[in-house]
Amino acid sequence: MPDNWLGRATPQAIAAFMTLTLLVAAPVYAQAPSGSNPTAQAVSERQLLDELQKIEGRVTLPNTAAGLLEQPQGRDYRTFHEGWLPWIGGIAILGILLLLALFYFYRGRIRTLAPESSVRILRFGALERLTHWMTATAFIILAITGLNFIFGKRLLMPLIGADAFSTWSIWAKYAHDFVAWAFMLGILVMLVTWAWDNLPDRHDAHWLRVGGGFFDKTNRTHPPAGRFNTGQKLIFWAVVLGGIAMSISGIFMLFPFAFADINGMQTAQYIHATVGIILIAVLIAHIYIGTLGMEGAYEAMGSGTVDMNWAKEHHSLWVEGQEAKGTIQPRSAAEAAE
Amino acid sequence: MARMKFLCDADRCIECNACVTACKNEHDVPWGINRRRVVTINDGKPGERSVSMACMHCTDAPCAAVCPVDCFYTTADAVVLHSKDLCIGCGYCFYACPFGAPQYPRVGNFGSRGKMDKCTFCAAGPEEDSTEIEYAKYGANRLAEGKLPLCAEMCSTKSLLAGDGEIIAAIYKERVTQRGYGSGAWGWQTAYRETINV
Repeated sequence: MPDNWLGRATPQAIAAFMTLTLLVAAPVYAQAPSGSNPTAQAVSERQLLDELQKIEGRVTLPNTAAGLLEQPQGRDYRTFHEGWLPWIGGIAILGILLLLALFYFYRGRIRTLAPESSVRILRFGALERLTHWMTATAFIILAITGLNFIFGKRLLMPLIGADAFSTWSIWAKYAHDFVAWAFMLGILVMLVTWAWDNLPDRHDAHWLRVGGGFFDKTNRTHPPAGRFNTGQKLIFWAVVLGGIAMSISGIFMLFPFAFADINGMQTAQYIHATVGIILIAVLIAHIYIGTLGMEGAYEAMGSGTVDMNWAKEHHSLWVEGQEAKGTIQPRSAAEAAE
Repeated sequence: MARMKFLCDADRCIECNACVTACKNEHDVPWGINRRRVVTINDGKPGERSVSMACMHCTDAPCAAVCPVDCFYTTADAVVLHSKDLCIGCGYCFYACPFGAPQYPRVGNFGSRGKMDKCTFCAAGPEEDSTEIEYAKYGANRLAEGKLPLCAEMCSTKSLLAGDGEIIAAIYKERVTQRGYGSGAWGWQTAYRETINV
């Protein structure tokens, strides 16, 4: 029977073939290098970190960003966030409050020399005031909810407890995310409407030299200024440039990892937090001089109009310019009308 | 009490992703969230290694430090856990974490994140042990049942070790001595400020 013969012969043939193969192959095994280190080429964690600062690879997940295995820069972020930031914030804000208190103690409220005239002139139109107050309201909300991320757990949480603080912080986070858009719009409108009047001119050097008259207790120093004096120009550019930095770094954080990797996100936070603290300090000073610090200043942005004599004292060149343009009645005519 | 740690012996990891699957299944982790993942370095090149990575439960954890609502706590076993009731989903812990462990469900406009989710070392969270509400928020609490993390238990090559740091370090040391090589305890220097010297 051919079938039976094949069945008997095949295992023997296979056995013979295998023996032969082993005999032939044996010298090859003997020649293979012995004692080789299979990890000689293996990647080393230390070396990767030393050379690349972080370790990345491939993952089979849809989220390819998960391929970042290790980023020790997270420790630097922590050092900034918990080590530096509370100190930067505390010193900047308490520092400006202290300086303003000292200034108030030294100079008191800055009064207008001349008595009120019966003439009021328009200083800020409706659109300008709307923009200012929209941005201001947004800024105050953003500042409080932003500071909550730094100081909330240190100051507020011990007072109201972890649960209430968490609930407040969730709402603060949403407020920060949404109100940010009103702030960004305000910054853009301010840039368009006020940039021209805030360009440096030849009177700025003199204004700076006499310190804007801030330190003259006799109140006689009133350096000539156009629509905005040098101090206001500095505030304007701090707000616009700082606001743009806040907007860009903020958009990075509103859309995490859309425009940056992990280190980019960390840098965005460094910029956002530091510039934010500086802006808060600058605007505390702005709020002081616009309300308590100077007589007549608040009306300009409140009602939009200022007293003629206040305008002449603080913005002499602006008044002259307005008179020349015919927007307001010339000085003599106004006096004659009284 | 033990000081719980993870150790991935990269010379044994075959990138089968069983740890990832075991974790997702055990804790019913939502779609899009991975508490554990396997990263392959130098893929397809000589010296390729795969490392299974999750939260390393760091000593003096950076995530806990930067949290603006202080929602993290460390258990007696040195496991780093957090409260989803307090978490506000700000994302700071992800920026601070050296290992990319925190995960967030996307819940709303812009990049709004939901409550953070991460590896719990199978120790769940602050709710009462082994309750339904604990499972829904944090997953299974195997530690409360006297069991170690499932990812390591399921590992087919016993590459991933989980347990008391001293014990798993001793196991790894023995392996390295016996086989004559080892690419090191990945992440240990960053997470625990110490490594295993063999």
